Amino acid sequence: MSVAIVGIGIHPFGRFEGATGLDLGAYAVRQAIADAGITWPEVQFAFGGSLAGSLPGSDESSQADALVNQLGLTGLQFTNVHNGCATAGSTLAMGVALIESGAYDVGVCVGFDKHPRGHFNATPEQSGLPHWYGELGFMVTTQFFAMKISRYMHDHGISRETLARVAAKNFRNGALNPNAWRRKPFNEEEILESRMLNYPLTQYMFCSPDEGAAAVVLCRAERARELTDRPVHLRAVTMRTRQWGSFEVFAPWLSIERGHAPTVDAARACFEQAGVAPSEVDVAQVQDSESGAEIMHMAETGLCADGEQEEMLVAGDTEIGGRLPINTDGGLIANGEPIGASGMRQVYETVLQLRGDAGERQVPGDPKVGFTQVYGAPGVSACTLLTV
Amino acid sequence: MRASRPIAPDLFTWPADEPRLLGSRCTACSTVVFPAASGCPRCGSADVPRHELPRRGELFTFTTQSFLPKEPYTGPETEDTFTGYALGYVALADEVMVETRLTESDPELLEIGMEMELVVVPFRTEPDGTEVVTYAFAPAGGSS
Repeated sequence: MSVAIVGIGIHPFGRFEGATGLDLGAYAVRQAIADAGITWPEVQFAFGGSLAGSLPGSDESSQADALVNQLGLTGLQFTNVHNGCATAGSTLAMGVALIESGAYDVGVCVGFDKHPRGHFNATPEQSGLPHWYGELGFMVTTQFFAMKISRYMHDHGISRETLARVAAKNFRNGALNPNAWRRKPFNEEEILESRMLNYPLTQYMFCSPDEGAAAVVLCRAERARELTDRPVHLRAVTMRTRQWGSFEVFAPWLSIERGHAPTVDAARACFEQAGVAPSEVDVAQVQDSESGAEIMHMAETGLCADGEQEEMLVAGDTEIGGRLPINTDGGLIANGEPIGASGMRQVYETVLQLRGDAGERQVPGDPKVGFTQVYGAPGVSACTLLTV
Repeated sequence: MRASRPIAPDLFTWPADEPRLLGSRCTACSTVVFPAASGCPRCGSADVPRHELPRRGELFTFTTQSFLPKEPYTGPETEDTFTGYALGYVALADEVMVETRLTESDPELLEIGMEMELVVVPFRTEPDGTEVVTYAFAPAGGSS
């Protein structure tokens, strides 16, 4: 792949009264273009993603192309992306495709969102489901995560203590990240003893919806050195949807025949396109909607085998100083989930790590290969592979 | 006896001594889904007649709901009275897994692989006194 990331920007994640989602997005874009040393008129195209407009109660300023009102009416090609939890990944996939098509050399991809407190309350009708399904109390995304990890723990010998280890690690990493929302560390005992939300998952094992934005500047690789002496190469970006037999959120029924998750397909394609093996990854960011998701995604991405996670977490392998650091910025557990921004935050963090600019949370030993993975409703996943 | 009605029509046979969930079964590829659909998600065939599902099965996975869900939940509880419920997927023979409420809400008394049986239970009462009933699964042979 012939595209590099030459600029990154982020608006801190958390709660920001008085700011709209678009305000957060504009902030991240300004940071990214300043980081690339360019001005908005030099940006030839943009893809922007936000989900809030379609979620009851979320901020309505969700149409990404309205960003031009703040950034400048330059007439550029600006495309809105609305693709579930893979929204940010989808902006990158299309940005790369547009550069590779030869149409443009320099563009911006931005993701932002602003959600209200509490669990996402989607309507059954939006997902093509009957109303009774919501009436009975099944339209709660956290139930899905709990049921998926319950079965996984049963099949692969993962303990509740390991669920707590994942959350404790991500809170510790978040405490080192000035842009994170949750910056107070919790230990394993506090996590296990916090309020049970959906058995076996307690409150501190879950991320919460919040607000935030992140952006990158993409550039044709041959021209990257004109803009920066530290380009990060986007070696692959892939997005996949669910196949028959995968276990997804909001499902009144599942087939008896079990299939694999969309993350398996997205990750496999990502490593293949990049020509890199999972064993070569130096730092990874994976979707941790809750602790169990991080554990399952470690295996679905190919970063470890099913069941290996128990030993890895006990040994500290996924800590910043471990053999495979995961969610070095605190992941969703410490940063929360503004859906449209979440995947872009992972890419932002990976670029920082590969540049060696991650400060207190820098992975030691000059990491060269970074991997990111998002997953979510309605059964979508997007992955990226980045190298220096 | 108070008037009662199912939470939705065509979801399960009712009234019935041995109620059964109503799904559909694809004539072309035998795929069974719940609730009944107008087409087969496996092969695309539109020949998907109604199909009564087996009444017993194995618990595939489960969780609890320990906080009051937001709308469109219509259970009778308030923030103060909500005590939670359990839900899970039950694999009905080799046909299909259905998502369902469980009558047993203590996770320590639930176990993946345990035998479950379909029951019809009260869900809420409408202002006119009509009792709305829903399907649920109970541990087979249990007292609930």
